[in-house]
Amino acid sequence: MSEARRRLLMRTDWGIVYQNARDGLRMKVSAGANVGERLMAIGDRHYGHIRAEAVDWLERVEMDLGRIDDLPATFSGGMQQRLQIARNLVTKPRLVFMDEPTSGLDVSVQARLLDLIRGLVGSLGIACVVVTHDLGVVRLLSHRLMVMKGGDVVEHGLTDQVLDDPQHPYTQLLVSSILPV
Amino acid sequence: MPTVIPHPTASTATAAAPQRLEGYNFAYLDEQTKRMIRRALLKAVAVPGYQVPFGSREMPLPYGWGTGGIQVTAAVIGPDDTLKVIDQGADDTTNAVNIRRFFAKTAGVATTDRTVDASIIQTRHRIPETPLTEDQILVYQVPIPEPLRQLEPREAETRKMHALEEYGVMHVSLYEDIAKFGRITKSYNYPVRVNGRYVMAPSPIPKFDNPKMDRMPALQLFGAGREKRLYAVPPYTEVKSLDFEDHPFEVETWEQDCALCGAGDSYLDEVIVDDKGTRMFVCSDSDYCRERREAGHQGDGGPA
Amino acid sequence: MYVAVKGGDRAIENSQKLLAEERRGDPRIPELSLPQIQEQMALGVDRVMTEGSLYDPELAALAIKQARGDLVEAIFLLRAYRTTLPRFGAGEPLDTADMAIRRRISATYKDLPGGQLLGGSFDYTHRLLDFALAAGDERPVAEIAPDGVEAGMPRVVDILDHEGLIEFEAPDDDGEPVFDLTRESPRYPADRAARLQNLARGDEGWLLGLGYSTQRGYGNNHPFAGEIRVGEVAVEFAPEELGFPIEIGEITVTECQMINQFKGSASVPPQFTRGYGLTFGHCERKAMAMALVDRALRARDFGEATEAPAQDEEFVMAHSDNVEASGFVQHLKLPHYVDFQAELVTVRALRRKAEAAEAIPDAAE
Repeated sequence: MSEARRRLLMRTDWGIVYQNARDGLRMKVSAGANVGERLMAIGDRHYGHIRAEAVDWLERVEMDLGRIDDLPATFSGGMQQRLQIARNLVTKPRLVFMDEPTSGLDVSVQARLLDLIRGLVGSLGIACVVVTHDLGVVRLLSHRLMVMKGGDVVEHGLTDQVLDDPQHPYTQLLVSSILPV
Repeated sequence: MPTVIPHPTASTATAAAPQRLEGYNFAYLDEQTKRMIRRALLKAVAVPGYQVPFGSREMPLPYGWGTGGIQVTAAVIGPDDTLKVIDQGADDTTNAVNIRRFFAKTAGVATTDRTVDASIIQTRHRIPETPLTEDQILVYQVPIPEPLRQLEPREAETRKMHALEEYGVMHVSLYEDIAKFGRITKSYNYPVRVNGRYVMAPSPIPKFDNPKMDRMPALQLFGAGREKRLYAVPPYTEVKSLDFEDHPFEVETWEQDCALCGAGDSYLDEVIVDDKGTRMFVCSDSDYCRERREAGHQGDGGPA
Repeated sequence: MYVAVKGGDRAIENSQKLLAEERRGDPRIPELSLPQIQEQMALGVDRVMTEGSLYDPELAALAIKQARGDLVEAIFLLRAYRTTLPRFGAGEPLDTADMAIRRRISATYKDLPGGQLLGGSFDYTHRLLDFALAAGDERPVAEIAPDGVEAGMPRVVDILDHEGLIEFEAPDDDGEPVFDLTRESPRYPADRAARLQNLARGDEGWLLGLGYSTQRGYGNNHPFAGEIRVGEVAVEFAPEELGFPIEIGEITVTECQMINQFKGSASVPPQFTRGYGLTFGHCERKAMAMALVDRALRARDFGEATEAPAQDEEFVMAHSDNVEASGFVQHLKLPHYVDFQAELVTVRALRRKAEAAEAIPDAAE
């Protein structure tokens, strides 16, 4: 795939949520502009409309609208992650990649964020590829699961099936390593 | 009481071709270099608004003082041309005088202050008020040719953004202005889109001049010496200032008219006339102002 | 009283006359001659030739005289002259192994074939102002050694190369014309030829600061001064009509080869890497700084992290040229009142809006 095509897809049909929100956000512009950027990138030239979309999306990711003109640097980690999600979903991508979207957040924030992601993905009908080491995240978010080791897929299938009856030794090790709560 | 000394009229006539300096090629640059620049210019005209890299030479004037414009002018000027040079709209500012001297010395061409008499006009920071014609070339001096530079410092990345028409970030900066100030606050070097394709820096002209670029009958050439880039807007090409549908592009307006010629449609310079900050406003385009005064127009003379 | 800003011909002419008078200084003091500058301000001449990228001590001396000792201005003068010169072609690569050595030191070996040759150097002088020098008319003479410099003086990196201890440097003999920074505009990412040209012309202070920053942890490469050599090398040129190279002259150069941290990977065993510096004349500080920055800029080639300023190719190269930098910094002296007026109009409008909003507090959003 050409770089041109890839970059076009990255601002239209694809979304990428980075582990470190700083990699996915434009840190020197406001939250509103972060959400609006993809709209502007695909040709939206109506400030009022862009602003309304930004407001709508900040609401959907449960962010305080009073912060719309603030810089992401002033946000907490959880809020930055919400903003990143809003920024990606605003163009209604068909496929979203998420790299450890909740790692580095404290547990209560993680739970709410996962809830949010599950809700949005479900209601918008987005396909989502989530990369994670956290089997809790896997069970909560994913329908299908691929276990990778050293760059190869060692096992795949329906999430519940794989987690409840792991076949590959590596998967077995992973599953057995979860601390009993 | 402030007294107004009008722009002089003595030096405005077209000066006859002076003697050319011995020992240097016509218009300073060697013919091979001029051909290289003209080839780059042809490419620039063929792809309006695209920044063409070129082997910019060291000129005997400092970088940042118009070396790009000078190289473009040197490459296109011929013995029959009449050259006008302006800086801040005026023919008599030091840098304009200096560049005009340079060409008078190295090319021996006729020079003029009159916009209508010039076949080539080299400019820094303004477009003349008098509309230009198909027979004229406007050469801009450009400090930073890359309109995306303040948003993305890397050349490798900005070239890619242009190639892929990734201009969203440009509107992001305009969005931020509106979110913060309720309006777009960019007042000069206001980015434009040329021929519906390339986003281009119009050089640091005030946005007041942007509409003049649109479908201008004259050929517009841009030279950035230090940054080693050339670009062009061919005659009658669409040049659109970036904006939002609900926050359309607007130019500056003044409550005052020119104190000297009474013009209400020209870009005005603000002149402080005493130590209390009393101001008067006069045309930045000294030739336009003179022409109007010669035609009998008069301003109110400024603060009494 | 309003007088429009006037810079007419006369003002400029008068300013230039005044400049000429100031350059000459007190006429009762004898005027500097070019040979005096060439002989007694030789390191200034060397710097101007290096950064002016033109080997001509006499013109460099003239430039220094004309610039009143301002070396960056002198470099500019020399560059502006250089562009007007016709170009016949590119010379053959210099063979610095075949240099007539004046000075040669290595920090990596105590002794080596050819030995350490201190030459004339500030290095071990005590920096005490020499008031005898102020009195003038001093004619110091250095003794001549009974036996001259050894004939064979291999380059230190070549010694390492025999053992495969240092990265192999393939000679550039693909027949393609070498990129010429003074004729083409740089493209990023740049190749090493373009980078080295840029650094060779780059401002000494810029390179010194960047090189220093790598030593202080902003992109450290653990450098060793493998060798610094100063001396004369032959310049050869192959005219098309002859088809073989002929010697057209001799120039003095300073070469610095830095040996840097070994790097190894699964496929390549650990070995040292190179940083290279070369200048006209004797510009040792510059050559060493250049070698540090050259190596820092190769970080990408070795798969190292590129986080420090000295490793950032565009940042280093785009800002190294003091003729460009000096021009653009100083262009701020030119009138900008049209743009400033545009800003004034905007700021006033914004302030009016803010004042109006303050007057009716509830009207604010």
